[in-house]
Amino acid sequence: MMQPGLYHLLFISAALFFIGVYGFLTRRNLITMLMSVELILNSVNLNFIAFNKYVWPQRLDGVFFTVFVIAIAAAEAAVAIAIIINLYRSHQSIDVENAEELKY
Amino acid sequence: MNVTEILFWILSALAIASALMVVLSKNPVHSVLWLIMVFFAISGHYILLNAQFLFIVNLIVYAGAIMVLFLFVIMLMNLNTDTEPQKNKWLKVAGVVAGGCLMLVFVAALKSSGTQQVQMGEGNIGLIENLGKALFNEYVLPFEISSVLFLSAMVGAVVIGKKGD
Repeated sequence: MMQPGLYHLLFISAALFFIGVYGFLTRRNLITMLMSVELILNSVNLNFIAFNKYVWPQRLDGVFFTVFVIAIAAAEAAVAIAIIINLYRSHQSIDVENAEELKY
Repeated sequence: MNVTEILFWILSALAIASALMVVLSKNPVHSVLWLIMVFFAISGHYILLNAQFLFIVNLIVYAGAIMVLFLFVIMLMNLNTDTEPQKNKWLKVAGVVAGGCLMLVFVAALKSSGTQQVQMGEGNIGLIENLGKALFNEYVLPFEISSVLFLSAMVGAVVIGKKGD
């Protein structure tokens, strides 16, 4: 068996990223779309940490990028859930196909 | 094959399988629970990569706070398999093609890039002491700006989520 290294971590991260992209494109439920976005953000975090460890192990820049990505994801989730609750109150559903007033 | 390698492969398989279940399961509550499994697997990878502080932060912020918020909202809206919106069959095909093509390009690009393995032995760079020193010396401005971001996000969430207008 091969020694796990940077390449394997990058492959796992790419797989998680595109599972997230697939979920974002196919699910029509706003909450599961938001969960796909969280999956994408986590794959990017894994990439940052892997590069920090294998390319530049004495510095901490990748760790701080990940910390700020986590902070922004928390803020984004709070605002997005407020929007979803507001949408549910006015439309009685969170299907994105039902929220199409801005389209016309 | 030592313990670290076995843990690496187990965590990788767990992460990818759970991520697939997040996308494929019909019930949103099951999706949230599988997503928590993904976060646990990724946190395990952080420990293997010497980022112990991020392991704790990832568990507390993601699995503890954000996922509980998601779970509350799903239960508040009474979503289940019956209310899951019907999706177009062609949309699924388009998703597979788009995601698969992009992933193929990524994997091919990664394969042709030779990565040298420089694994450092010392494992205390990700501990809280070093992190705190760097955070309050080099990264103090982004740190304070992120607190302003949180304040504005909190105000925005309260204003948007308020009943009536």
